[in-house]
Amino acid sequence: MTFVLTEDQEMLRDTAVNFTRDELPVKHLRGLRDSGKNGVDPDARQQLAELGFFGVLIPEEYDGVGMGMVALGQVMEAQGRTLASTPLLQTACIGASAILLGGTEAQKKEWLPKIASGEVTTALALDEGTHHNPTGVATEAERDGQGYTLNGAKKYVQDGHHADVFIVVARTFGEPGDTHGLTLFLVPRDAKGVTVQTLNTVDSHGAAHLTLEGVHVDEANVLGDVDKGYDLLEPVLDRGRIALSAEMLGSSLAAFEMTHEYLQTRKQFGQLIGSFQALQHRAAKMFTEIELTTSCVSAALSAVDEQRNDIAELASLAKARAGETVHLVSNDTVQLHGGIGMTDDHDAGFYMKRARVQEALLGSASFHRDRFARMNDF
Amino acid sequence: MPYDTPADLDAFRTEVREWLEENCPPSMRTPMTEDEVVWGGRREKFKNPDSKIWLERMGEKGWTAPTWPTEYGGGGLTREQAKVLEQEMARINARTPLFSFGLWMFGPALLEFGNEEQKKRFLPDIVMGKTRWCQGYSEPGAGSDLAGLQTKCEDKGDHYLINGQKVWTSYADKADWIFCLVRTDNTKKHEGISFILFDMESEGVETRPIKLISGSSPFCETFFNDVKVPKDQLVGEVNGGWKIAKRLLQHERSSISASGFGSARGSGMLGPEEYAKIHVGTDKDGKVLDGDLRGRIADHMMYAKAFNLTVKRSGEQAKAGQEVGHTASIIKYAAAKMNQDKFELLIEALGTEGLGWEGEGFDEGAKMATRGWLRSKGNSIEGGTSEINLNVVAKRVLGLRDHQ
Repeated sequence: MTFVLTEDQEMLRDTAVNFTRDELPVKHLRGLRDSGKNGVDPDARQQLAELGFFGVLIPEEYDGVGMGMVALGQVMEAQGRTLASTPLLQTACIGASAILLGGTEAQKKEWLPKIASGEVTTALALDEGTHHNPTGVATEAERDGQGYTLNGAKKYVQDGHHADVFIVVARTFGEPGDTHGLTLFLVPRDAKGVTVQTLNTVDSHGAAHLTLEGVHVDEANVLGDVDKGYDLLEPVLDRGRIALSAEMLGSSLAAFEMTHEYLQTRKQFGQLIGSFQALQHRAAKMFTEIELTTSCVSAALSAVDEQRNDIAELASLAKARAGETVHLVSNDTVQLHGGIGMTDDHDAGFYMKRARVQEALLGSASFHRDRFARMNDF
Repeated sequence: MPYDTPADLDAFRTEVREWLEENCPPSMRTPMTEDEVVWGGRREKFKNPDSKIWLERMGEKGWTAPTWPTEYGGGGLTREQAKVLEQEMARINARTPLFSFGLWMFGPALLEFGNEEQKKRFLPDIVMGKTRWCQGYSEPGAGSDLAGLQTKCEDKGDHYLINGQKVWTSYADKADWIFCLVRTDNTKKHEGISFILFDMESEGVETRPIKLISGSSPFCETFFNDVKVPKDQLVGEVNGGWKIAKRLLQHERSSISASGFGSARGSGMLGPEEYAKIHVGTDKDGKVLDGDLRGRIADHMMYAKAFNLTVKRSGEQAKAGQEVGHTASIIKYAAAKMNQDKFELLIEALGTEGLGWEGEGFDEGAKMATRGWLRSKGNSIEGGTSEINLNVVAKRVLGLRDHQ
């Protein structure tokens, strides 16, 4: 396990931090919201592609930069700092990982270069209820001669409102709740029978409900083994959870820095409010949580690159800890800013709204505590 | 040796391995029980005779204090060599030959602040485990505000005269000597403190053990009534003791958090998740039946894991030459919270089994948990309260200022 960045990773980190700070600050998200863009940002997608961010996990032979998960984590953290609405989590992490870990050589050759260049974005269509539940899939995929016919509905698909290709998890066998019988399918957005209902979400990033009615896909669109999709889904989800934890750490850091700054400028009773011990202790506790979460995120990111056997446990650790940290810090950011923190003009609210979405995506802290307990046999 | 090449270290490793093979008695390669821990000093009884041999052999090599200079009895090893020694000892499960406040706290401070004569006089006996030291810091009126201490030290020409009281003096009733903070100037606070050493058998020294809510404890009250101390036993400058005290507190804070807070080494005490499985029960999937308790145990275990990863991260970053003061500052606070949460969960999971005090009818491990729960309340008080630690983070790390 390594907690120190290499020179290349440091450089990528600097590039990403500078890019989101200069090009995608919170003000930019505010602009997207106020102009009704619902988090969709083709210009940013183009810039991300030029910077090579879509290809961080993709090996050079498929036109990526092959820098690995620690490197991607630096980009995710930078995007979390400014709450940037990008397709990176779904495409550069989840989509790329699904194809890298489960795809045939032909699928890798077809899709990975397109992902790396930013030509294609993907979105994982998994959950069907309001809570993350990877085995709760009821969407059916029925054999139909040359391929499969999909029927079902997916809820709150991140990036679902603009992604080009959906990675749909469907049931080819068994009942909702079974791990066996799941299969992953690549479904183009424009496939017949796919209906996308765009959602206006609290974080201004947007999302979509999907309906699949008699959607036909070819055999070639099956990703990984039929019925054994869960074995592919789990490691892909864990990579997504770890990358999202890095994003959440970035949001926590930025919200904390903003609050820290305010404590040192705002005066009441003729004193800087940061001189009041009640607030000093809140700040010190937030700082402590952030330090602990930083360690979990670093450990989880490097575990993926080192192909350790405790990736799943570290993913749940990182997601739960990052969830609790961003929850605490985003709430305290509003509270410590007082009245100004309640106004739409201030950024504090953006952090709190985005935090709740980050917390819910890919499993809440409570989901991951339960999973962690099961992995530890109690 | 100015630096260690890999070849030098390999040669050293072979040498250490052979020496340990020859000199570490077999019984010193087994897990140590609490009552076999060797603290040294005049009154050490060596429950296991092998531990005396082991201490003498290690002490003669200077390997109880591997990095101290050889002229003071130390091993004169580089950090890398000391690491090798540590690894080789761990490889054969060799016991730590000596537990000692002299080694961990006083010695490093004396090396830095003592004069030549003092170093020659006191350090070799620490290395050999001949003198057991205790620390006279806190007073009834000077806890968190340590610099408010009042124990009086008067210059009587050819000696100092000490009057006052210390409290929370760990093992004062078993120690041979004390390193002590005393007031040499009443007109200034921090600049009126001196650092002085004296024999606990001096006339006028009295100790009284303190019983805690968890039962008997190593802590004592210590009284000084006209104690005469030779003038060459004051370390550093008169009124210059605070600087030494602060350095020592750093050693103390790191050894308190590193020691794992009264860990349950070989005590038979299980973790909260194990006790919950036994005493609360599980469903057909092996899940603890009380979902709320289960979630809180998982939360605690995650916190503990995050804590351990943070200690590891801070170590690795320090090795890479990065600034880690920020991370280190939260360790003591987080360790106290973690340990207290653990013991609260332990007794909650144990139910009434966690409410025994002594005697028959309760599992040994469970009684250990009960005592540990009570003792753990001190974790957020000793060596700097959690509130003081949060102040330190707020002021030194986050740069938040005091009231103007």
